Formats: sequence, C-alpha cells, structure tokens
Amino acid sequence: MAEIKYFEGYPEYMRELISVVNNTREKRENYTPPAMSKEEREEVLKLHPDYAPGGKREIGVGQNKGELAPDPIADLLEAYPLIEEGEIDLSKVDYNPEILIIGGGLAGTTAAIWANDSGIDAEKILLVNKLRHGDANSIMAEGGTQAADRANDSLEKHFIDTIGGGHYANKPDVVRALVEDAPLLMQWLLELGAIFDREENGDFLEKWGGGTSIKRLHSCRDYTGLEEFRVIKDEFISRGIPSIEYYPAIELLTDGDNRVTGALLWNLETEEYKIVQAKATILATGGFGRLHIRGFPTTNHYGATCDGVVLAYRAGAKLRDVDTVQYHPTGAAYPIQIVGYLLTEKLRGSGAQPVNKDGEAFVFPLEPRDVEASAFSRECYVRDKGITTPSGLRGVWLDTPLIDIINGKGYIDKAFPGMKRMFDRFDIDMRKDPVLVFPTLHYQNGGVETDPWGKTNLEGLWVAGEVSGGVHGKNRLMGNSTLDTLVFGRRAAISTAEYVKSKESAGKLTLEHVKGYVNLLKEAGLKPERRAPILLPEYRGKAALARMIDVF
Amino acid sequence: MQNELNIMERIAEAAKSITTGVDATDIEHWVTIYIMGKGYQVPADLTILTAIEFAGYRFIRGCGCRQGFCGACTTIYRKKGEYRLQTAMACQSRVEDGMYLVQIPFVPAEKASYDVGKENFAASVFLKYYPEIAKCVSCNTCTKACPQDLQVMDYIQAAIRGDFEAVAEASFDCIQCGLCAMRCPAEIVQYHIAQLGRRMYGRYGSPIPEHLKKRLAEIEEGKFSKELDVITSASRKELEKLYAERVREAN
Repeated sequence: MAEIKYFEGYPEYMRELISVVNNTREKRENYTPPAMSKEEREEVLKLHPDYAPGGKREIGVGQNKGELAPDPIADLLEAYPLIEEGEIDLSKVDYNPEILIIGGGLAGTTAAIWANDSGIDAEKILLVNKLRHGDANSIMAEGGTQAADRANDSLEKHFIDTIGGGHYANKPDVVRALVEDAPLLMQWLLELGAIFDREENGDFLEKWGGGTSIKRLHSCRDYTGLEEFRVIKDEFISRGIPSIEYYPAIELLTDGDNRVTGALLWNLETEEYKIVQAKATILATGGFGRLHIRGFPTTNHYGATCDGVVLAYRAGAKLRDVDTVQYHPTGAAYPIQIVGYLLTEKLRGSGAQPVNKDGEAFVFPLEPRDVEASAFSRECYVRDKGITTPSGLRGVWLDTPLIDIINGKGYIDKAFPGMKRMFDRFDIDMRKDPVLVFPTLHYQNGGVETDPWGKTNLEGLWVAGEVSGGVHGKNRLMGNSTLDTLVFGRRAAISTAEYVKSKESAGKLTLEHVKGYVNLLKEAGLKPERRAPILLPEYRGKAALARMIDVF
Repeated sequence: MQNELNIMERIAEAAKSITTGVDATDIEHWVTIYIMGKGYQVPADLTILTAIEFAGYRFIRGCGCRQGFCGACTTIYRKKGEYRLQTAMACQSRVEDGMYLVQIPFVPAEKASYDVGKENFAASVFLKYYPEIAKCVSCNTCTKACPQDLQVMDYIQAAIRGDFEAVAEASFDCIQCGLCAMRCPAEIVQYHIAQLGRRMYGRYGSPIPEHLKKRLAEIEEGKFSKELDVITSASRKELEKLYAERVREAN
C-alpha cells in the first residue's frame, strides 16, 4: 500500500470530502434542522446501544437479581471477591476516621470540605484514592455546570428538562434536590475563587446544553471540571484533611448486619492491605467507562472500572438504572490517536453543526445525548452518509468553523483552548476545517440507589456522583454531572456529619457479607472465573501479554 | 432487530484498538522507541502512552485521564541524534522513531495552606506564601518546559507585579503537571503560585453576579417551593405534558 499523503492533518481523500463541507457552509449558516418529535426520537433510539438487541443479560445474584445489565457489568457483579472471609486479619485497625470517603474526584473532595464545615475535625476525615487525588472524570468535564439562576429561568424548568431527558425514570425528590441546590453551589464555587466565563456586566455567560429549553450552562472556557476541581482540591489541601493515594478500596467492611463500618484498602504499589474503621462511609468512586461496553471507545479516565458499584452491591446495596449507558455523541473519530476523546457539547451549544458526507445538516444539533448519538449512528450505518477514516472508523463532520462565523473571529481561541490545543497537536486547525466525530462511551447513568441526601439502603453508607443512581434516570443531561457531584457531595457530607455525631462508636469489622455473597454465587452455579473489583483495565499489548511469565 | 444487532457489531469491529485488538501482522508502519533506555518496536499510529502499553507495560503511575486534562502522563524525551530535551503529555503526542522516553511519576512540591477569604488582594500574598518567587531570574526554562505551551515566566512576573488578572489569564489552561517546577533553577513552584493567583482573582476580581444573588434570595423566601412540591409528585403523564409544552428560549 502506498504511503498516505497528509495535508494539514487530513489525508487527501478526506480533504476532498472537507471541501463539500466548506462549500455548503454558507447555505447551512442560517439553517437548523427541526428538533425531533417524540415518535421520531423513539424510532432513532432503536439504534442506541441501550435499546439495540444484544449486549445485556439478567443479573444472576443479589438485590437486583433478574434485572438487566450490560454484560460487562453483570460479569463484575457475578465475579468472586479478591479476598475471602478468613484470609486477612481484621483485628488491627490502621485508620479510624469518623468519616471515610472513597474516591477523590469532585464529589468526594466536595464531601470532605463540607464534612469539615459541618463540624467534623479535618483529622477525623479520611479521603482515599485509587490513583492520584483528582484522577477522575470530574476534571475532564469540559462543557459546564447547570444552575437555573437567570431571571427568565426557573427551578421548575431545570427539573422538567432533567426528568424528561432521563425518560422519567429519575427519582423526583432527588432531582428536586439537584435543581434546588444548584445556585447555592455556584455561589460556593465563586467564594472559593473559581473563575467562570462572564458577560461584560459581570453576569454569568450561559450557553446551551443538549436537551435543555434555556441557556443554563456555566463554563470555565472548556476546562470547567478542571477549574472546579483544582479550586476545591486547593481548599481541601489548605485545610489539612488527610488523603492517601494509590490505595484503592477492594472491599467494604460491615458489621455482618447491613451496616457499613469501614473498608479494606490495598496499596497498588506494595500490595499490602490496610484496614479502615469508620462510623460512616461515603462512596464517590465514579463510573464504568473503561469497561468499553459494546466495544465503544470511552471518554473516561483510566480508573473508571465500576469498583464502587461492585463493592456496594456485595455489601447489599440496591442498584437502579444500571441498564443504561450514556454515549456522548461527539467523541473524536479522527485522528486515530485520539479516537473516543471528548469533544465538548458546548461546541454544538456554540453553533457547530453535525454534517454528513454530502454536506447536509442532518439533525437538530442539541437533542438529548442518546437521541443525538443514535442519529449519528444512523447517518453512518443505515443511510451510509458517514465518512470512513483510514483505519476504518466511520463518523460525521462537526462543522466547527461555524462557531467563529456565528460568535465572531477569535471565539474558538477564547472559549475552546483545550479542544483547539488537542487538534493543533495533530496539525488540524478546527477554526478552518471541520472535525470528525462518532459516539463514545461517556457516563454511567445509574448506580447505587440514593435518596435526596445521598443515603443508600445500607446503614453507614452514602453515595455521591457518578457511582449513584436515581438523579439522572436513564439518560443524563449535559451540565448535570458536575452539578450532581457538588450537590450530593455536599448533601452526603451534611447527612453523614449528623449521623456520626449521633453514633457513640464505630461498628465491628467483618467480611460476613462477602462470605454470604460467595455463597449466593455458588448457589446460582456461577463459577469463579472472574474476580472483581478489577481496579484497572487491561491495555497491555496482546503480543507482549502472550509471552509473559509470572515470576514474582 | 437483526439489522440493529449487526450495526452494533460493525461499530465494535471498527473501534478495535491497535494495542489490544489488532494483530501485529495487520500493522504496516512501525517505529522504534526507547522506554527508559530499552528499545521496543511499536506501531507508528500510537500515542506515547499507548505505545508504552503496547510494549507490555501496565501503568500505575504516569497515566490518568488519558485525554490531556490531568497532567499525570508528563513525559520527558530526547530524540536520537538531538541534544534537546523535550516535554510532552504521553496521551497527547504521537510516538516518533528514536524517542528516548521517561515519565515523571510524582512531583515533590509543597503547596502552601491559606484561606482565600482572609488574604489581602495584593502582590504581597505571593511573597507571603511563596517567598522564593523573588528569586526568578527570568530564564524562561519554565515556559519551554510547559506541555500546554503556556507563558509560565510571564505569569510569574505578573504575580510579582500583583497583576492577578494576567496571572489568571495566562495560567488558566494549566493542568498542574509540575514540569515547570521540576525544571526551574530558582526552585519556584510556578503551578501552585498560579493556583493561588487564580483563586484570589476569582474571589476578589469579579463580584457575585446580581442575578445569582437574586435567585438565592428567592429560593430562601420559598418562591419555588410550591411549584416544586407539585411537580415532584406529578404523574408521568403530567410530566410528559409539561416536557412537550416547553418553549425553547430564542437564540
């Protein structure tokens, strides 16, 4: 095969296809395809990985036995533990905080600060991280945070947008907490010193998010999650709250009677275990993108391996809505080095149009994510109007040059430095040329069922952020994930602080629940083929793996 | 139904990763890289990060978000035959033939503790917490080291002048990888200084928007309580109706 020649980042044949986009831009500039009707949405959703046949099965054991989950989730829920009861000594406690927080993304770090603000001394809190403090999807949230704080917006509108986007599967009381607290958390971020995009008069500069009826998205350029997180982490460190890194929790500990009393940690580097005894535990371990459900690439960080759901389920927690997965419509499809990387929805919120091979704007750009993603798949695989990359991926164009045409020259430089920097690294100028996109696995919609205060069905266990289930129903709206972490990180902290003050002592530490769960697995005839939590995905090259010898 | 299943399978097939899904015999272009001195043949289409994985390494450190936002995969490299040391984020850079690679697993830098609510919005705050800032010799090594191409030395000079806005503007895209601090001959911790500067600017440089204050007061007064009570207990049918009746704000 001859070497492919590249011109400004694209091979020659893709350049020719780009000229179709360039030649039709003026015609499309003032045209937006109409939003889909309910019926049209239902039709296109048949192509969504959640609704297309295959890829799921009934969970074999536990609280949600008989309910559907994607195969990789069911695999983990039906896996055997890394350690079994009796294999380790639980009598020597290494850490005994009042509140244990597992997972240091936005939710966990927010919870630590609010626990401190709720009267718990810094040294009575412990934050444990699987990787570095901040290795989380939180910092990769590009687009923004929703909060209904403009005069013509209302909490009710935010509620309706959220619950309609979630296909009415959301828990209404939890959604209410989300929308009611949102303005308060925006104020909190400003007081901590977070820098948001502003209008000239000092008002928040608010943008469109998919599936919303009004501009409600608060951004920090396209580094929103990063800005929110680094400010909160800076405050966390300033307060001297203890935190340990590279210590994943590999099991929760219980008193043997449905109360969570601590956790078993494992040093990722020395492989030594540690025991934590705590009056209350907040689980904030994030999602499951690295399971690559249905073979999709993902926007998620390296450690997004569903650990928290596995641990809580084994301890007896109830799950909900784990049958649905969010695929972000605009993952990068080209070049191959960045396939699956997130291209923020704010691009479409600022005027970038999805365009097919023939230069047609084929879909309303801001449908809820599941609808938009399915429309891209239909364009590529049913209507055959996608663009195929040299590596065989298909995608549609996202016409980014429209952004500067609509908002004025220089807008991309100012509002999307992260996106621009990424494409620049591969010689693509997104101000001049469109970029190629295809859906990518983005978010765990469901998880451990929560109430409006982050409480689970287990005493002593709270959840916050992506690991939880209930607030987003079966499809999360843009800007509601960072909001979720802030609102429920805070609420879980307030609720746990109240709880630990009422508790004289921590409960006893056992792995009885693990013993019971193993018995259930055996009774269900499930063989010990897999173990979980998996902690990290397996990305080592297959040729190298095939020749590995396990010596140490 | 069969058609949709078939489409899912075709999507999965197209998305197979080079590292874990493609046979070596199907890969056309290869390069040689040196991971901490050891040579490996890797496919030319990989990033530095995935090339190291292809070679058989499992990351514990040196890998985070894998998309250029977290600063975990900071890499220093020199190319064969070149004298220059270069920096990159391993997840954001194409692997090149003859790269000698090493990753920085941890940056031993001290972050000061402070309460931004109690500090003076003046240049003195930088000297108070990071007095070594005065040792900057304007050598620009920090700027050259920055994998985000930020003007690091410029914002340090702005901090010395007490120009918080310039510090915030120039350092905003910082992913806190710490390379600036690792290379600085004056042992300044640029990225922590920038964080202090941004928080001070965020806190004092722009006031809380009036519309936010107003909304908070309305919530406090219970302005939305009744309508939220109604909507929280509404039936699915009622919610569907409200959703369908939404009027989209004009652009």
